[in-house]
Order: sequence, then C-alpha cells, then structure tokens
Amino acid sequence: MLSSPKVNDFVVRFANVNGTGSASANFLFTKAIFRMGIPVTPKNIFPSNIQGLPTWYEVRVSEKGYLGRREGIDLMVAVNPQSMLKDVADVRPGGYFLYDSSKKLHSEYIREDINYIGIPLMHMCNEAYSDARQRQLFKNIIYVGALAALLDIEFKELEGLLAEQFKGKEKLIPMNVQALQLGVDYVHKNFKYPLDIRLERRDLLGDKILMEGNAACGLGAVYAGATVAAWYPITPSTSVVEAFMDYSEEFRFDKINGKKNVAIVQAEDELAAIGMVIGASWNGARSFTSTSGPGVSLMNEFLGLAYFAEIPVVLIDVQRTGPSTGMPTRTQQSDVMEAAYASHGDTKQVLLFPSTPKECFDMTADAFDLAEQLQTPVIMLTDLDLGMNDHVSEPLVWDDKRKYKRGKVLTAEQLDKIEKFGRYLDVDGDGITYRTYPGTHPVKGSFFTRGTSRDEYAGYTEDGGAYKRNVDRLTKKWETSKTYVPAPQIYNKENKSENGFLFFGTSQYSSEEAMDLMKEDGLIFDAIRIKSFPFTKEVEDFINSHKRIFVIEQNRDAQMKSLLMIELQADPNKLFSVLNYDGMPITADHIINQVSKVLSPELKQV
Amino acid sequence: MTYIRPKFRHPQLPKNNLGYTLAYYEGALSTLCAGCGHDSISAGVVQACYDLNIEPHKLAKLSGIGCSSKTPAYFLSNSHGFNSVHGRMPSVATGANLANRDLIYFGVSGDGDTASIGMGQFVHAVRRNLNMVYIVMNNGCYGLTKGQDSATADYGSKNKSGNVNLFESIDLASLAIELGATFVAQSFSGDKAQMVPLMKAAISHPGFAFINIISPCVTFNNNMGSTKSYDFVREHVEATSTIDFVPTMKEISVDYKEGTVKQVKMHDGSVISLQKLSDAWDPLDRQSAMNAIINAKAKQEILTGLLYLNPDSQDLHSLLQTSDKPLNEMGEKELCPGNDALTEINAGLR
Ligand SMILES: Cc1ncc(C[n+]2csc(CCOP(=O)(O)OP(=O)(O)O)c2C)c(N)n1
Ligand code: SF4
Ligand SMILES: [Mg+2]
Repeated sequence: MLSSPKVNDFVVRFANVNGTGSASANFLFTKAIFRMGIPVTPKNIFPSNIQGLPTWYEVRVSEKGYLGRREGIDLMVAVNPQSMLKDVADVRPGGYFLYDSSKKLHSEYIREDINYIGIPLMHMCNEAYSDARQRQLFKNIIYVGALAALLDIEFKELEGLLAEQFKGKEKLIPMNVQALQLGVDYVHKNFKYPLDIRLERRDLLGDKILMEGNAACGLGAVYAGATVAAWYPITPSTSVVEAFMDYSEEFRFDKINGKKNVAIVQAEDELAAIGMVIGASWNGARSFTSTSGPGVSLMNEFLGLAYFAEIPVVLIDVQRTGPSTGMPTRTQQSDVMEAAYASHGDTKQVLLFPSTPKECFDMTADAFDLAEQLQTPVIMLTDLDLGMNDHVSEPLVWDDKRKYKRGKVLTAEQLDKIEKFGRYLDVDGDGITYRTYPGTHPVKGSFFTRGTSRDEYAGYTEDGGAYKRNVDRLTKKWETSKTYVPAPQIYNKENKSENGFLFFGTSQYSSEEAMDLMKEDGLIFDAIRIKSFPFTKEVEDFINSHKRIFVIEQNRDAQMKSLLMIELQADPNKLFSVLNYDGMPITADHIINQVSKVLSPELKQV
Repeated sequence: MTYIRPKFRHPQLPKNNLGYTLAYYEGALSTLCAGCGHDSISAGVVQACYDLNIEPHKLAKLSGIGCSSKTPAYFLSNSHGFNSVHGRMPSVATGANLANRDLIYFGVSGDGDTASIGMGQFVHAVRRNLNMVYIVMNNGCYGLTKGQDSATADYGSKNKSGNVNLFESIDLASLAIELGATFVAQSFSGDKAQMVPLMKAAISHPGFAFINIISPCVTFNNNMGSTKSYDFVREHVEATSTIDFVPTMKEISVDYKEGTVKQVKMHDGSVISLQKLSDAWDPLDRQSAMNAIINAKAKQEILTGLLYLNPDSQDLHSLLQTSDKPLNEMGEKELCPGNDALTEINAGLR
C-alpha cells in the first residue's frame, strides 16, 4: 500500500506494558540501527507508574540525520492490549501494525488502510519456554527478531549486542539469540520481507555516541570535581544523581583504604538539598544538586540567599511538564521564567541551556567554573526529553590540561599581604569580590555570611546607601557575567534572510529540521541557538538585524520571548511565538505549520 | 544592648594554652535586649571555647533566623559565621561539614527556628548523626517577631498578652533521643556552671550533640504564668547530676564521693564525670533517659544536665566512608578521571 519504498526513514513505535522487560529489548533494536551507522532517536513515552500501565517507545530513523520527533507512525509494534485501540488509530494510512496473533484480532481493531502483521508471540513463547518470566521476557526478543527480518536489521549486530549485554552471564546468550531467530524464522516463513520501509547500512555516525543527557550531566559533575551532591528523588532528574553515584563508585573510590572522595546525601527534601549545596560550596567544596520544577519552586528561598550572599551553587533542573505536578513524565521547557528570577526581591540567576548529551557534559563542568568564578547560582535547564532519552551525540572529550577555575578565593599568604579584607569590597572593579574559606587564617579573612544587608566588610547594616551600593555592585557583576557565559550558536555567518529562528535546548532538533525542509521550498531562515542567560550582545544583534524572529519554545506562555522582551527590550511586534506544550517533544511539522501561518499572507502577495 | 564592653584590657589577664585571653573568643557587641538569656549562652560559648583551647578559625558557627540565631555574631569573631535562612541551618551545616570534616561545626538555633519551620531539617540532621553541636536557645516564643507562642511553649503557659497556650508543647530533648541523637543535654541560661561543661563535652562529642537551653525572653515571655520565665525556671529546674568535663590533656582528679560518680570516656580520650543526683536514671541508657524526662515533666520539673550519651557514636562521615582528607582540599588530581577514561566511556556508548 505504500507508494515508494523508504530506506532509513521511518518511525517505529512500540506499545508495551510498563515493567515487562520491554525496555532492554527495545533498546537492542535502537542500538543495532545505531551500529549500522544510521541516525536514530528513541523516545520513551512512559507513565508515572511502576508497573502495569501503558508505555511507549518511539524510534525515529533518519538518513538525513533529523533527530527530533516526527508525527506519524509507520510501524506500530502493539503488544499491549490495554492501549491497542489507540495504537491502531495512531498508525498512518499505509503503515504497518504488528500484533500478537495468538488471539484473533477483534473487529474493532481492523482498519482498511493499514497493513497487519500478526505473529503468535504468546504461542511461540509457550511452546519454547516453560518458565513464566522467560515467556514474558523472550516475547520481547522475538518481536525484535521479527523486526530484524522485516526491516533488514543486520543479525550480527543484534548478536554482538547480546554478547556485550550478557558479558559474564554467557549462558544467557544462546537463549536470547534463539529467541531472535524464532522471530526471524516466523517472518521468513509467513511474510514478504523486507517491508518497503527498511534499513541499509550507512556510515553516517562516525565516532558519535548514544547517550542520555542525565548520564552526561552526572559524568560532567565527576569530571568537574564535584565532591558533595545532595538531592531529593524526582522524575526526570533522579538519573542525574544516580549516574553521578555510579561514576563515583568507579572513579572516586579509593581501593586501598576503602574510602570515598565524594559525599552523596539523599536529603529530606529539596530545601535541604540546596541548603547542603550552599553549605558545602561556602566551605570550598564543589557541590551540586539536581531536581525538576517542583523542586526548584521549593529551592527559591535558598536561591535568593545564594544570590545575595554570593555563594556558588550548581543546580541542574531537568524540566518536566508543569504547573504543579503537571505531567511528571512528559517534557517541557517551562521553568525558564521561574529559574531566571528565582527567589523574592531583585534576583537574577545565571542559566545554561544544553541541547545534546555532549553539551550536558560540557556545560555541567562549565557550570562549576562559572558558579565559582561568579560566586552565584548557575542553573542548568535541561529537560526530560534530553535527560531521559538516548541521543546521538558527539563523543565526550576532556582536556587533561584543564584546571578547575575556582574563582577569587584568598589563601592565608594572600591574606597576610592585605591590610584589611573586605568580603564584599569590589577591588577589581568587575563586581566580583574575594572570598575566603573557613579555617584559612587564624586572624584574617573571617567574615559573617548572611542573607541580610551588609557593608563591604560583611558587617550587618540597615543603611540604605550601603544596601544600594551592594545591589548595584551585583548588577555590575551581572554585566560581567555576560563575558563568562557561553555565547549563542549563530547558524549563518552573514544574514541571509529577514526572518530568524530563535530556539534553545531540545527545540534545536526540530527547529533545524524545519529550516532544512523549508529551505527545500525556497524559504531561507537565519537562526540563533541561545545557550545561556544573561543574554549576550550577539542575541541582541541577532534580533535587531531581523524583521521577524520566530521564538521556538516548549511552553504555553512564551517564557523565552518574555525574557527577551524584559531583558533586551526586544520589540514584541517582531517576536512570533512557536509554541508546543502538550508534553511531547516539538516536531518540525508543528514548527513549519506555525511559521507558515505567519508568513503565508505575505507570501501570497508576492 | 546588654553591656558596654570596656576597651582597656589588663595585660595580666589569664591566657589559655594557646596564649589567648578570654576576650580573644568574644564577638561583636550584642544587640539583644538587656537581660536576654541568649547573651548568657553566648558568654558560655566564649568560656567553653577558651577552656578547650580551640583555634577560633577552626570552628564554623552557623545559625538560622531569630534573636537566638543572631548570637553567632556575638562570639568568636575570628570564626567564619553563617546566618542562613529561617529553620534551614541544619542543611547548610550538613553541606559545610561534608566539605571539610576537620572543622568544628557549632550551630545555634531558636525554638521557632528548630521546632516549627525547621523541624524537618532538625530531625534529619539528628538521624544522620552529623558531627556538630546544636544549641537551641529555647524561650518558648518567637522573640524577633515580637513574642508569638512557639511550639515549645508549654500547654497552659500564659504569654505577655495574657493568652493561654492551647496546644501541647514539643519536647525537643526527648524527641532528639527518640530519633537516635547520640548526645542530648538540657540546661538553663542562668546556670553557667552547668552549661559550660556541657558545651565542652558537646564539642568533643563525635556526632550530633544537642543542647536544649531554656533561655528566657525578658521582653516577651518573662511574665507571670509563663513557664519559660526566669522565676518559673529557677523554681522548677531539676538537675540530673553535676557535671565536669575533663579534656584529654588534663589529669583526671574528680573529688566526688565514691560510688556516686559516673565517668564516661569520650572518643578522644577526654572524660565526662557525672555526679548523679538520682539512681533512677542512667545517662548511657536511652530508655531510662526518656523515662526520666517524662517523669520530670509530670512533676512540672525541668530536667537539666547530660540526659543521654552514646559513646559509640558514628558520625555521618564514618557512615558515608568519606576520605580522611577533607573533600574541599582535593583538586583535579584526586577528582578528575581524565580523558583516557572518557575515551573508554565513549567506546561503551557506541
Ligand atoms: C521564611 C521566614 N518566615 C518568617 C520569618 C520571620 N521570623 C524571623 S525570626 C522568627 C521566629 C524566631 O523565633 P525563634 O527561632 O524562637 O528565635 P528567638 O527570636 O525567639 O530567639 C520568624 C517567624 C523569616 N525570617 N523567614
Ligand atoms: S526579644 Fe526576647 S529573645 Fe529577642 S533579644 Fe529581646 S529578650 Fe532576647
Ligand atoms: Mg524563641
């Protein structure tokens, strides 16, 4: 029924039941395609539940390297009776529906415009295995085998992956290979294969890796020298600290004395978590916490303290769908405003926006340098899509000559050389003052840290003049920080259009794809990807040099647009919002639709 | 202002083993009300640190918000201090302690700061047996916000505006014992002789050392009918024992009557000598300490002294097995795995 065969360009969705072992089988599928050198992006669409509810895993294969989500399912692997009706409906006309044909498919699941591939998974398992758990697990492996035959996945890649997965438990390998083979054989016997959507080996990935953003953040913190981590469990941030724990187990464990060069505390709540980070940073250790929106809300009071008392904090916010508990297992970019001005009074917080696992790694490491150099919180805004899904990424690199930038911290020798130490005295004129760690010097350098107003020598004061001097210095420091934060990515060296795209974080993938597709229709856009807040001069110049800016973001209220208006006085009449906030990652189609709506009246006139 | 401190110091003033005078351990001038119990406690801290020959810069003082939480500014001016946010000192102290296990962490809080807004953080710091001294300057009210009842105000106690407290009070000492605190003491700001050795023992204790000190608020809760007034406390205080703290370096010479003295050896070799005033209580037994507090409460007595001590205390660092070298002294060499390790990690992700 399909018009033309599609090589390396399709979407497969797996409809599973949470907690049935489908995750590792589905990952096997993705990884095999990755190993065939073909760009691939998997997305977990999972419930806030541990066992029993529907969960989906969606894999997009794209020869062109489009790594965003795409609407339209070419092949549905439907092994969850619970969601079957929806799953049938979600297949695009002409697409395929693979199901367990052990039981006859009820008429309500029959659509005339799709193709059915029935494989008696349950029967095959019951016949081959006696153990109930095995029957369950191998069902998943059998459908991967079937897909290998239907889509031309190289069998040796699957075998190789199984061998790696069961290293040390080699007994399990033949059983798994056998299950794969069962799937392959069934397809060979009963269907025409491969389908008109299929794979062909390419060499498009070079030395790229497949990694989750959260793991990259956790690893980045290890490389950055974080020694104190405090956290409170919350999806989708939990795996950041879990990765930090795992990598610490490997790299921070002294095998000789059995001691650890790290302290990780599961706090009683997010308030305590960030309090611990503040205490540790104040005392000269690199420290971080990671959370999601609800946690950031709780951390607000402390974020104000850290801003005002000038204590480094690294906070990784893996955003999810708000407000309140929202959709805890869906993605969004909706903490931008809350993070930018976190806490009461006049506060501004430094933000970072990574969009790939490599950037998660790099920016986490940079966040520690920034926080210590600027003596202020640095909030990294990643999201569930980036954090909890595998992404094709450039490999991670560490410059072994790199030194941690600990900022302006005075040693005992330096203290001896100065007349009078002023914790909040702007000696260098950049708004950044010198600090000391407790215990440095017997009689010099001690000071009182507080959230109340103070003078240049950290003495408590309610004098309005001293207060104003202090907050004006903080403004100066904010200006200075613009020279420290990462500059945006500008896509075209010279402007080619009066229209520009502006995006950040995971909106990058679909934004790039949309630009690419619109280019085929002769529509050219310039583009800028924001990597940090405060906005640097480049952002202002980009906006000023275009007639229209499409601000692409994944929230309802156009938060980034508001921020641009507030901070850069950007003209709201030239900022057009492209918004997506249903909890699923934004797609190129969606962007093209919204952009076209703005541009089409004009286009018709031409 | 409680007192004006004379500028002139006599050259012959006594010095401790480090060569420091008592004045060396003082802080800025207090801005609390004249006669506030909190100031007497600050004076106790000064004395205890002087006696113990502590290098002030090797001690970090931390607090929350309240009149009580202001006091760290009034002692040990050569120590780093951290006046955090209301009720959150325990978490800041936890982080600070994890960063550098070699300093002494001295926390000061109020009954509002601890028993209401900070209850969550307090109980969890206790559970973790964080190595710190935690003093609650307990006046049964919110001094700084002008005298509202706190959660430690006794049921039926009358505040300055004549209102009678309708709610049960939270007993912080028994709560701490219940939660597994390894050092729990109670005292009265007016009893320096008891308070100072308790502080010294608390500083030497390798774990969470909690001292609940009744500290009357002269301005808002010193009226008739209040159970936290100077008069009421003086009349109802009941000491469990007299206590003496003997640091390691000193020879132990206690002149108590044979048989009535209990000596407890601390981890660092120092000794606490307790002259028990009652047989019905054993400071090394949790159950008996709890009973003693409950019985005293039934008789409207305020039990003071060292109520409970676990000499086998294992602090958070030993539980987490952190390295002996303070974490804040480590650099790239100890902490960064380097690019070769990363190359291997990359390979595993292909
Ligand atoms: C989040 C927050 N809420 C309220 C306050 C106002 N506040 C300041 S001190 C205080 C009570 C202090 O009582 P306590 O800890 O008993 O100290 P005391 O003044 O009695 O020594 C309150 C409610 C605050 N600073 N922060
Ligand atoms: S109000 Fe009460 S607690 Fe506060 S300083 Fe005055 S007497 Fe002390
Ligand atoms: Mg109080």
